[in-house]
Amino acid sequence: MTKIKSLADLRKMKEEAQSKIKLRENSTNPDQVVQVKVGMATCGIASGAKDTMKYFVEELEQEAIDAVVTQTGCMGYCYAEPTVEVKLPGKEPLVYGHVNKEKVHEIIDKYIKRGELVDGIIPVSFKTIDD
Amino acid sequence: MTDYKMHLLICGGTGCKASESDEIKNRLNQLIGDLGLADEVQVVLTGCFGFCEKGPIIKVLPDNTFYVQVTPNDVVEIVEEHIVKGRPVKRLLYTDPNSAEQISDSKGMDFYKKQIRIALKNCGFINPENIDEYIARDGYQALGKCLSELTPEEVIKEVKDSGLRGRGGGGFPTGLKWEITKNVENDQKYVVCNADEGDPGAFMDRSILEGDPHSVLEAMAICGYCIGADKGLVYIRAEYPLAIQRLKIAIKQAEEYGLIGDDILGTGFNFHIELRYGAGAFVCGEETALIHSMEGLRGEPTFKPPFPSVSGYMGKPTNVNNVETFANIPVILNKGAEWFSKIGTEKSKGTKVFALAGKINNVGLIEVPMGTTLREVIYDIGGGIKDGKEFKAVQTGGPSGGCLTKDSLDIPIDYDNLLASGSMMGSGGMIVMDESDCMVSIAKFYLDFTLEESCGKCTPCRVGNKRLYELLDKITQGKGEEQDIEKLKDLSVVIKDTALCGLGQTSPNPVLSTISNFEHEYKAHVHDGKCPAGQCKSLLRYDIVEDLCTGCTLCFRNCPVGAISGERRAPHFIDQTLCIKCGVCFEKCKFNAITLT
Amino acid sequence: MDIVNLTIDNKPVVVKSGTTILEAASGVGMHIPTLCHMKLEDLNIENKPGGCRICVVEVEGRRNLAPACCTDVSEGMKINTHSMRVINARRTVMELILSDHPFDCLICAKSGNCDLQDMAHNLGIREIHYKGEQSTYREDTSPAIIREVDKCIMCRRCETMCNEVQTVGVLSAINRGFESVVSPAFEMNLDHSVCTYCGQCVAVCPTGALTEVDETGKVIRALSDPTKTVIVQTAPAVRAALGEEFGMEAGSLVTGKLVAALRRLGFDHVFDTDFAADLTIMEEGTELLNRLGKHLAGDKEVKLPILTSCCPAWVKFFEHQFPEMKDIPSTARSPQQMFGAIAKTYFADQLGIKREDMVVVSIMPCVAKKYECGRDEFKTNDNPDVDHALTTRELAALIKLSNIDFTALPNEDFDNPLGESTGAGVIFGTTGGVIEAAVRTAYEVHTKKELPKLDFEELRGMEGIREATIDFDGLPIKIGIAHGLGNARKLLEDIQAGKSEFHAIEIMSCPGGCIGGGGQPYHHGDAGILKKRQAALYTEDKNKTLRKSHENPHIIELYEKFLGEPMSEKAHHLLHTEYFDRT
Repeated sequence: MTKIKSLADLRKMKEEAQSKIKLRENSTNPDQVVQVKVGMATCGIASGAKDTMKYFVEELEQEAIDAVVTQTGCMGYCYAEPTVEVKLPGKEPLVYGHVNKEKVHEIIDKYIKRGELVDGIIPVSFKTIDD
Repeated sequence: MTDYKMHLLICGGTGCKASESDEIKNRLNQLIGDLGLADEVQVVLTGCFGFCEKGPIIKVLPDNTFYVQVTPNDVVEIVEEHIVKGRPVKRLLYTDPNSAEQISDSKGMDFYKKQIRIALKNCGFINPENIDEYIARDGYQALGKCLSELTPEEVIKEVKDSGLRGRGGGGFPTGLKWEITKNVENDQKYVVCNADEGDPGAFMDRSILEGDPHSVLEAMAICGYCIGADKGLVYIRAEYPLAIQRLKIAIKQAEEYGLIGDDILGTGFNFHIELRYGAGAFVCGEETALIHSMEGLRGEPTFKPPFPSVSGYMGKPTNVNNVETFANIPVILNKGAEWFSKIGTEKSKGTKVFALAGKINNVGLIEVPMGTTLREVIYDIGGGIKDGKEFKAVQTGGPSGGCLTKDSLDIPIDYDNLLASGSMMGSGGMIVMDESDCMVSIAKFYLDFTLEESCGKCTPCRVGNKRLYELLDKITQGKGEEQDIEKLKDLSVVIKDTALCGLGQTSPNPVLSTISNFEHEYKAHVHDGKCPAGQCKSLLRYDIVEDLCTGCTLCFRNCPVGAISGERRAPHFIDQTLCIKCGVCFEKCKFNAITLT
Repeated sequence: MDIVNLTIDNKPVVVKSGTTILEAASGVGMHIPTLCHMKLEDLNIENKPGGCRICVVEVEGRRNLAPACCTDVSEGMKINTHSMRVINARRTVMELILSDHPFDCLICAKSGNCDLQDMAHNLGIREIHYKGEQSTYREDTSPAIIREVDKCIMCRRCETMCNEVQTVGVLSAINRGFESVVSPAFEMNLDHSVCTYCGQCVAVCPTGALTEVDETGKVIRALSDPTKTVIVQTAPAVRAALGEEFGMEAGSLVTGKLVAALRRLGFDHVFDTDFAADLTIMEEGTELLNRLGKHLAGDKEVKLPILTSCCPAWVKFFEHQFPEMKDIPSTARSPQQMFGAIAKTYFADQLGIKREDMVVVSIMPCVAKKYECGRDEFKTNDNPDVDHALTTRELAALIKLSNIDFTALPNEDFDNPLGESTGAGVIFGTTGGVIEAAVRTAYEVHTKKELPKLDFEELRGMEGIREATIDFDGLPIKIGIAHGLGNARKLLEDIQAGKSEFHAIEIMSCPGGCIGGGGQPYHHGDAGILKKRQAALYTEDKNKTLRKSHENPHIIELYEKFLGEPMSEKAHHLLHTEYFDRT
């Protein structure tokens, strides 16, 4: 380890270090950041959900957007896998179907960054028991 | 770069380690490695989550799943189900004892809902053995800011403005203490961290040192900068091996980064920290006794003044603060005195960490804003009394404090309110008692402790407490005499009035407060020879009801002292002179023929 | 602020800041009772643990009572020294102490001289309301000191003496809480420890927890044995203190009454250790001059400074603590042992009796002397040169036991030949006295001139460490003096570090020298008593016709008839000794 020689260095170092526990920070306050849940049941995985999740994580990171990307179980829309639920702070969650690499890019670019709706929203027709 | 998509935080506090959290961590790492997920899932051993009742605990992020009482055998299921398939393992989730609902997210647990974590902010969140994670959480920023941008006077003003008071028990304003030590002229001064936590049932300091050691080191360096000291000493009891180990690692890492040592952050400020071990004497929590112990002398207090601020370690000005007090400092300086002083009550700012213990559902470590009521702590956070029993009293302030009854449940907790209600804040032990606890025995328990822990220097504590104990013992034996309760009161008053240090001056508090709140229990012991709580064995009496006894001989065969006699198929009889009140007959009898009075 | 205004029991008082309540009160004639506190003015010795809590007083506005001994006064303080609350607390505390103290006052060695007993009396304790378990410990007997630990009240005075003053470090508090008590580490016996038997612990103990080994019984038995010739020697410091035991003013010189009392007790010959002190000067002074001569002649091997060796506690101290320096002190035996050796040879021959039929008793201000006379190198065929060493206190007890009205006794003279002494021998009893006596003789022997003035004021006093340069007719001799082993340690460390410039150093273990010895009448914390005893010895010196050891006619005769000359082979055999590494 090398010595930290000034407050400026320390601050820089903090930023680097922060990225390593950002996932923890964000998931402790999920309501304040973008939450992305990727359906990762057998059907989802078979349709490429793992890659979808990877794209999300990488792209959000690149765009420096504070977000929590988690996996979740089957959402019940097996016809539209991979399915992804996106929740912006203070808004109702939306579920997108058939989310491939291009779609990930589009969702981030339009919906997450600018709040514009993107095609492919699956209407939520049920309430969970928690509600 | 965020490499990991999932973080598994495992409690690595002393309690959870005792329940094999190390083994859980190893198995997790192995399985995750076997599945090729080592780049995606990070397993982190953290400090204490506080929810010790249900340890070991694993928190899965980002989805915040909170697993309780995990065993090494559960690891396979967690990995296969949760990590691979994204399905939480339901049977390991926490079940709310009141609603019987399973709660997956710790944020939904009552235990955490009312807590605000300042001193414990990093406990259960970061890997205490990795300084980078501390730095990521604003670690050493406060020190950097102080050294580079603020004068010692400005820092002291900020600490004073925050209203922070000593968390070790006395509640002396921290900023003022720093200022006093600063104003004493001397070439050599010391900063001492009092980590000699000794109250029965209290373990907040240990948890902070185990879970967030750097916060204390950073604060000590800040204090050193303020008062003009270049040397810090942590006085820690040798019975805290994990805390010692983590402190050592933390000191080494901070030294390697140049955050402790010479010319910190290029500012020319030097500060070195060393550890000093205590042998686990309660009285060494008293600052003058602590200093003597560090000097290699007998750990016993001396009269103040002179205060350590003027003449402390090696006769030099020394600022002594406790662990929790220090842990508040970096947060105060990062977020500002104003932010901090908005939390809490008028005269007690910020939060206080309490160790919940006794007859309470959620035994553990909590941090609540000053002003939270005892009811909220005991019922909302603590989950109420164990086994659905009735709340009787709560002891705060450890052996120096007093018991508070249900009349005090709605008092907002702060230094002054607790004092006014006959107890004290102390270091934060909170022991809850239920209807089956005998208050005379409770007082005796605490006296037994102070008796053991008295240094023996002054007469009232050395002999007086012994006599108090003997009187209490006599009463619990059913041998109490009419004047004994008055004697207890009289002697307690003199001990409080004459003892040398805080230990002796407060040791009669449990006696006085139990008498003042539960005098009828004392009287029942003395006058009626009865222990209302049924706890004092000498006062119990087991009898066989002739009409119900079938003469099955089960009690006769199980009595360990041969106190029961009788013919087969005829009523049996207990010889009271032989009976040792063990209760075996009572438990064994299938016909409820044995009564307990 | 230098001046503080306060009221004590409604009386306005003005004192300097930094004054304790105790001092402020005593300044206006109010004596707040104390038990653990002890302050020996002039000697810079203070025991102030604030532990007993007897001296508590009420300070207006203060939550609890304040210990007067260690609470400083402050501006506007209002103090009540005997309010109901104070008296109740004080008596309760006293009852607590007594509740853990054996009730054997009637047969306790300290009865009548016990601070605890006096305090119980003064506080009017008639009943112990809080009775309970009493702590019990085994008794520890050593050659000189007995520890009855049951009687320890944790005042810590002995600890202060043993650690801070003497830096011996044997006695300290051990255990915790109710079991805590002052003891050697690991509860080992004193005789297994590095204890020097200086007896300063005994001198300050407020109870009967520390006392000397009582040998009066053995002496009575010897006196009543018709087959034994019992002779007695009495140390210089005894005559300046014994009177106190009989209600006489401190500093009363009772040499003549002492001789009379000893004679009435039945001793066959009443001699003076001062005679042996003169003899010591002859040997030690010669040794000093020899070493000095060699040193001046350029001998690099010679050890300087020379250290005096009269004090047995000091000898044991360096044997334990500085064994590598055991060839520096003079090899001269102490006066007690020189006396014994001469008595059982020279004088026994004169009487024509065997040494086995002679019993030598010494009256000493010291408890270490009991140990010294038991050392193997001071025995011949297992028969010790000195059989029994009694303390001044034991002698007083013996006198009382024998129905002697001490104050009414006439003054009598010592017997001869071992009773003649000079003023030089007398001042052996005080710090600075041995070296002054040595200087008187060494000067005249070295310069062959008569001293113009015999009183060396520069060597006298109560300072813990003193130094002076004496002009030996052009040769400056540097003298160091230390009393109290802590002070001795400082000088020894200087020697060890090669920093010492002294030619000779006098060391006495007890503060004040033998006048403050562990076997003297109890001073009860009043150091003024020691100064009065010191003054008495200098008066006796002044009143003597002969004041230089080498002028003692019986010493001259002893050398002529028996020893030959100082440091002769015979003198070496009888009057010198060796030291042992005791680590």
